[in-house]
Amino acid sequence: MSSVAVIDYGMGNLHSIVKALQHAAPEVEVVCVSDADSILRADRVVFPGVGAIRDCMQALNHSGLSAVIQQVAKSKPLLGICLGMQALLTDSEENGGTPCLDVFAGHVVRFPESLKDSDGNLLKIPHMGWNQVHQQQQHPLWENIPQDSRFYFVHSYYAQPDDAAITAATTQYPDAFTCALAQNNVFAVQFHPEKSQAVGLQLLKNFLHWDGQA
Amino acid sequence: MSLAKRIIPCLDVDNGRVVKGVKFVDIRDAGDPVEIARRYDREGADEITFLDITATHDNRDTIAHVVEQVASEVFIPLTVGGGIRTLEDIRRMLNAGADKVGINSAAVSNPEFVREAAQRFGSQCIVVAIDAKKTSLPGETSRWEIFTHGGRKPTGIDAIAWAKKMVDYGAGEILLTSMDRDGTREGFDLPLTRAISEAVSVPVIASGGVGNLDHLADGIIEGKADAVLAASIFHFAEYTIEQAKQHMASRGIEVRL
Repeated sequence: MSSVAVIDYGMGNLHSIVKALQHAAPEVEVVCVSDADSILRADRVVFPGVGAIRDCMQALNHSGLSAVIQQVAKSKPLLGICLGMQALLTDSEENGGTPCLDVFAGHVVRFPESLKDSDGNLLKIPHMGWNQVHQQQQHPLWENIPQDSRFYFVHSYYAQPDDAAITAATTQYPDAFTCALAQNNVFAVQFHPEKSQAVGLQLLKNFLHWDGQA
Repeated sequence: MSLAKRIIPCLDVDNGRVVKGVKFVDIRDAGDPVEIARRYDREGADEITFLDITATHDNRDTIAHVVEQVASEVFIPLTVGGGIRTLEDIRRMLNAGADKVGINSAAVSNPEFVREAAQRFGSQCIVVAIDAKKTSLPGETSRWEIFTHGGRKPTGIDAIAWAKKMVDYGAGEILLTSMDRDGTREGFDLPLTRAISEAVSVPVIASGGVGNLDHLADGIIEGKADAVLAASIFHFAEYTIEQAKQHMASRGIEVRL
């Protein structure tokens, strides 16, 4: 039986992601853990997160999990979700500038104020709701997910990778931004697959069967 | 290609059963919340909101249990409102599987609670519910005031100023209900919806008064809402969520189909 560890570092509620993983692949053992050994022992690792990046990085640094995640990023399939994705970049401009884990080279930036859509209506921040995910490359995690499927988002910041080649998908709000990153055995998404109904469950299922190769 | 406008069915839950009051009197039983949530999910609901209207504190565990059951099989965002007064109430609902909580009267009696809740759990899960009623006379510039206790108690607080304040305090979303329209099936209070939506930077959910599918579309087009919430038109299978979405799409609104 293969296993997946969901990293619990006190940032938000893990109920949804655990339930969704169990639902997506009942044959996989899902554990919710906060210690290095359990994380390193699992076959795959999910790194979720909601809230502010400074709190997130403080929790990771104080618990020693930063180094563990960096180690996982070199060795086995890793899926970052929402704030978990943002924490994998080099740094974020949130909270006056916060150094992050530097698994993906690049920065996390905020949506500009007073964005307007083509009809001149104010675009709300956070970017909240179901938006289309445009796959920019073929990847095992996109298997059986139609191009431009809608996933559920809620965020005010987004990733800007230095190398556009690691962008796995983009979403428009109103301009295109990177909503998924792929590099070797690491995949990360800004949206919430655990809240994105059938397509979200499919992505989790794909991750739980992924060998970490692109 | 852009963000879809959301349709959010709302389940008023009393002691573990879905009910819907018509003008707050005739409370009709509409069934089992888990079963209904399952149906809405199948029909394409973008989120589901549970409003706990159970009067007694003893029965509050019931709503947590309902959310827990729904969250283990329905994978879309779930919001719980009604009786959220403490950080512990919020924690309990999030642990049960809710993604967001709606704070209503506790925000009015103690605005700092919204700030504490947003700091502790993140703005993304804090929805401030605003019940507003028109207080200006015909011919005067429109003014709406915050009411509590199911629309019976005026507070003297201006609705637009209050919405802005709640966003400053950390609300990630505003659920706006017109107490003049709630239960009437006459449609949203569109000038109110538009005034609030244009005043705040966060998404606004329009609520109160939906009687037909055009009302939903009007809330988005004229009210400038980001999402529309309705209860009774969906409970009694008058319309399915899918029909509602198709109707909105036919009026040029981007929806998730």
